[in-house]
Amino acid sequence: MSQTLTINGQSRASTAATVAALLAEEGVPLDAKGVAVALNGAVVRKMEWNATALASGDTVEIVKPFSGG
Amino acid sequence: MQMIPPKADAADAMEIAGVRFGSRLMLGTAGYPNRQVMLDALDAGGAEIVTVSIRRISLEGYAESMTDVLKGKHLLPNTSGCATAKDAVLTAQLAREALETNWVKLEVIGDRDTLYPDVEELLRAAEELVRDGFIVLPYANDDPVTCRKLVDVGCAAVMPMGSFIGSGLGVANPAAMARIVADSPVPVICDAGIGTASDAAVAMELGCSGVLLNTAVAKALDPVRMARAMGLAVEAGRAAHLAGRIPKLARAEPSSPQLGLIGG
Repeated sequence: MSQTLTINGQSRASTAATVAALLAEEGVPLDAKGVAVALNGAVVRKMEWNATALASGDTVEIVKPFSGG
Repeated sequence: MQMIPPKADAADAMEIAGVRFGSRLMLGTAGYPNRQVMLDALDAGGAEIVTVSIRRISLEGYAESMTDVLKGKHLLPNTSGCATAKDAVLTAQLAREALETNWVKLEVIGDRDTLYPDVEELLRAAEELVRDGFIVLPYANDDPVTCRKLVDVGCAAVMPMGSFIGSGLGVANPAAMARIVADSPVPVICDAGIGTASDAAVAMELGCSGVLLNTAVAKALDPVRMARAMGLAVEAGRAAHLAGRIPKLARAEPSSPQLGLIGG
């Protein structure tokens, strides 16, 4: 079933049922180093990616380290 | 050309939150001509602590990770670009998850033109992050009162600006910086505004425990050479601080003996 999520600030349709499924959909390897996820303003630990369900209207942030000062 | 980094003085380590660092120079990782120049510059400066930012991944896919590129360095994630305590706290928490570190360079910016901290939001974020178990190193105004308040809420160090971020204006208010150092029970790191080696030396001579800079190296004509210059300047400034400088006089004081002058 398709739902509408806000992913990194963009509203998009997704069929992903969990955080892990969403990452797969976005092409982020689950063993990728340095990736972190927040769901509706709270961090979802890597170990919880499989078990954390997504619902329509959810806001997801997917981040990683970049160069910085 | 191979640049030999300044030798770290093990007996005079910088200690932050119980962790000892041989180098007192911290370098940013942004804005270098390319990745190899960045890595060579980090090595040439001898930096152990290097800063990174946390950003949304490109939705096009996942590229090479900074964690692999910067292996062996002490990564210090920043909250750059955050304008509220709420955003800064979430960014720090994401950084903790992404990099498996509870250290954070806390930045809460109040104004895009000056990149001055929003002090109220900064204090709020610092307090919340300390309570959440973070080692908080806040980028702050060169203001003794703000720095004292940051210490009071439990920050492991304070990082007052030398001058505007990226400006190269050096330590704009040396008296305030010296005052902050004199009052601070935690290490004071001069963060931002350094333009060239003498600026870094001045910060260290004023008693700062370390210097954090990025643009002065990354945007120099020869970043690797400038990184080495910064490493040497930090060492020299530290040594001068420990040695104890002579007082400034408004008159001459002859250095040669005044007895036995010919024709005297």
